[in-house]
Parts: sequence; structure tokens; C-alpha cells
Amino acid sequence: MNGAQDLGGMMGFGAVVPEPVRPVFHEEWERRAFALTLAMGASGEWTIDMARFARESMDPARYLSSSYYQIWLAGLERLLDERGLVTGEEIAAARSLAAGRPPKRVLAAGDVAATLARGGPTERAESVPARFRTGDRVRARNMHPEGHTRIPRYCRGRVGTIEAIHGVHVFPDTSASGVGEQPAWLYGVAFDARELWGDDCDPALTVRIDLWEPYLDLA
Amino acid sequence: MSGNHTHHDHDHHDHGHGSELSETEARVRALESVLVEKGHVDPKALDVLIETYETRVGPHNGAHVVAKAWHEPGFLDWLRSDATAAIHSLGYIGRQGEHMVAVENTPQQHNMVVCTLCSCYPWPVLGLPPVWYKSAPYRAKAVRDPRGVLADFGVELPSGTAIRVWDSTAEIRYLVIPMRPEGTDGWSEAELARLVTRDSMIGTGLALSPKLLAEAGT
Repeated sequence: MNGAQDLGGMMGFGAVVPEPVRPVFHEEWERRAFALTLAMGASGEWTIDMARFARESMDPARYLSSSYYQIWLAGLERLLDERGLVTGEEIAAARSLAAGRPPKRVLAAGDVAATLARGGPTERAESVPARFRTGDRVRARNMHPEGHTRIPRYCRGRVGTIEAIHGVHVFPDTSASGVGEQPAWLYGVAFDARELWGDDCDPALTVRIDLWEPYLDLA
Repeated sequence: MSGNHTHHDHDHHDHGHGSELSETEARVRALESVLVEKGHVDPKALDVLIETYETRVGPHNGAHVVAKAWHEPGFLDWLRSDATAAIHSLGYIGRQGEHMVAVENTPQQHNMVVCTLCSCYPWPVLGLPPVWYKSAPYRAKAVRDPRGVLADFGVELPSGTAIRVWDSTAEIRYLVIPMRPEGTDGWSEAELARLVTRDSMIGTGLALSPKLLAEAGT
């Protein structure tokens, strides 16, 4: 969706503010919000793409004025509410108001290390040959789906070169909408800065973007 | 906002701290209470998750990878051909590092990694991302004006150095291998690792020179 999360190329946000490695968390609530998000992420109730879509579905003004853990928290609340696991009323009351159903899985302390080590690999078996080869010139589609997508606005309609073929990976657009993984070939596509930003850009800049086959056509 | 609450003090509101709980802080506590009460989360699992990313997983892992690449040409070759396997061989494995690609800085080309759409970042080698990596200024600027980003970090590259920015739009995670600083011939892998900063592995900084390391240590 064309939400506030799609930030590439926007202006006016000011300087990037560096920070040291520590502290990892800046407030105690950030620790808790982080851990709750990961714990519930292991519940099997949603995919990572559904979680990203929940975050980027925030009102744009609110998204841009929130810290990242606030965005995570809002996304988690939305996912829990949509699935009937925890309602907004329960958060307001700070207690359970109805037993409801249990999640598919509850992450136990003893399983955390193995769950993190397993991660969530997205590569899948090949079932059809790749449509593009390295060196092919491709145009990123001019598409504006209202659902989740991972094609940034700043490359839509622009021509780049296939540099890498990453294999077949879960397609985020359908994984987020609940239609299923529908794995598709994933490519590393290089775009010259002039193609993306026009003549006033840094001519020595190249931007590499990972794009799935359904986002691309031969140029 | 007070930062010294622990998960044990769930009694609502902010006795003893002299300030109101922020709305966000109150909401997180309420959510945690409800999730624990319903049995949807194991409170001990939360503690393990926090402890893992606050103390064990961090940029020292990535520094190990980079120093080994500088020290052992065979390992660098492995990183080039199959970074996932090479990095996993050191035990840096799992969530947000399932599919790894290493990109090498050279005098001709500097690399910088960003996620314009969210906050994708190679957790097993770098830990959790800093606030700036997840924030609008960096996500907006890196793909259009990386030299401006570098200036924000006090770094200036030679004008002849090309820049390549990697937007992490899929589940491939990128680790920058910074250039090995001059004057480090004969250094051990452990000594070299001390030169490798987090920012140098994102591409918003360079590895420390021996002189800068000595100054940082004093």
C-alpha cells in the first residue's frame, strides 16, 4: 500500500542522528514491546508479511510521529484484535474480559533459542524456470496495490538490470493477504541513480533492490 | 519517561518515580498483563528474548565475521560465494539472518544498507538496529543521497568512489565488509575485530584506523 512506511526518496526529515551501540533499548517499555512482538510472532497466528502490513496500515500522520517500537506495538494490537486474541477493550481495562480461544502456539522459554535459530527461511523449491537472466533489462511495474507489497514507489516504472537471482521466495503480497505463499523468483535489480532521481542526482550512485518476478517486465 | 521499571512491578501507575506513566508505557504494561493472564505468552520467554538481544547477539558477531574475512582469504572467498553458509559456520544463525549476502567495500566502491520500507537488518551478526536505522531521516535519504547520510556521520569519501545502496526489500540480509585499515599487517583476528564498528558494517561508517582505536581506548 502507498502508506507512510514507503519512505525512500522523501525529503525534509532532517539529519540522521547517529547513536552508540548501547543502550540497545532506551526505555523499559521498549524491552517489553519488543519481546511481546517476538513471542506472539512465534504463535503461528500470522506471517511476517501480515505483521508488516499491520504496521504500515497505521494512519500516516501517526506512523511518522511514532517511534519504531510504538509502530510495532500498534501493529501487534491490530493483529491481536483482528484475530480475537486480545481486544482494545481488554487493553484499556488491563485485564482479560473474555476467555476467548488460545493461540495456535505459545512460545515457551525453553524453546526461544531453537525458535530464533530456526528463524523463518523464505526460500522455496523451484517449480517453474526463472523468467529473467542476469543482465536482462527489466522495468519495475507501475502498480499501486492497496494491500501489502514490497516494491518501493521510488522504483515503479523505472528500468534496471538483473544482477542476481536469489531463488524462489515466499511472495509477500499474497502471504500478507492470507492467499498463501505463492513463491516466486526473487531478483537483485540494479538501478542507476539517474533513472530513479533524474539529472540532479549523484551520478556515481547505484541502488540495488530485491524484487519478485510479479513486480517486473522485460524492458 | 522513567526507564527503570522491571517486569516485576506490574502494579499500575507510577508510585515512587515522581512522574506519570507515559501512555505508551501504560499500554505495553496493559497488553502484557492481558497476554500473560490469558496464557498467550510465557513471561519467562519474554525475559529470555530480551536477554538474548540485549547481551548476547550484537555487532561483535559481525566484527568476528569481518575480521576473519580480513585475516583468512579462504573465509573471504566463502563469504563471496555463500555468505549464508560462511556466517552460519560461526554460529550466527537464524531469525533475520536466514539468507545472507556480504558486500565488500573497495577504493572504487562503497556499500550502504537500508530498508526503506521497514527495518530489515541482519540480526544474528549486528543485533537489533539502532533508532536511526529504523527512522524516517535515514530510510528516506539513504537511497537518494548516501553522501549526505555519510556527512551526517562525519564521513567523507573520495569523490571518485562510487556508492551502491542496498535496499533490503526482501528477506535477503546484507552485511558490509569494510576496507581493512592501513597499518594492520600482522594483526591477529581478535585485534582486527576491535577495528570493526557496527556502522562500518551498515556502510554509514568506516572501520577504525589503529590510531582511532588507540584514542578510543584511552
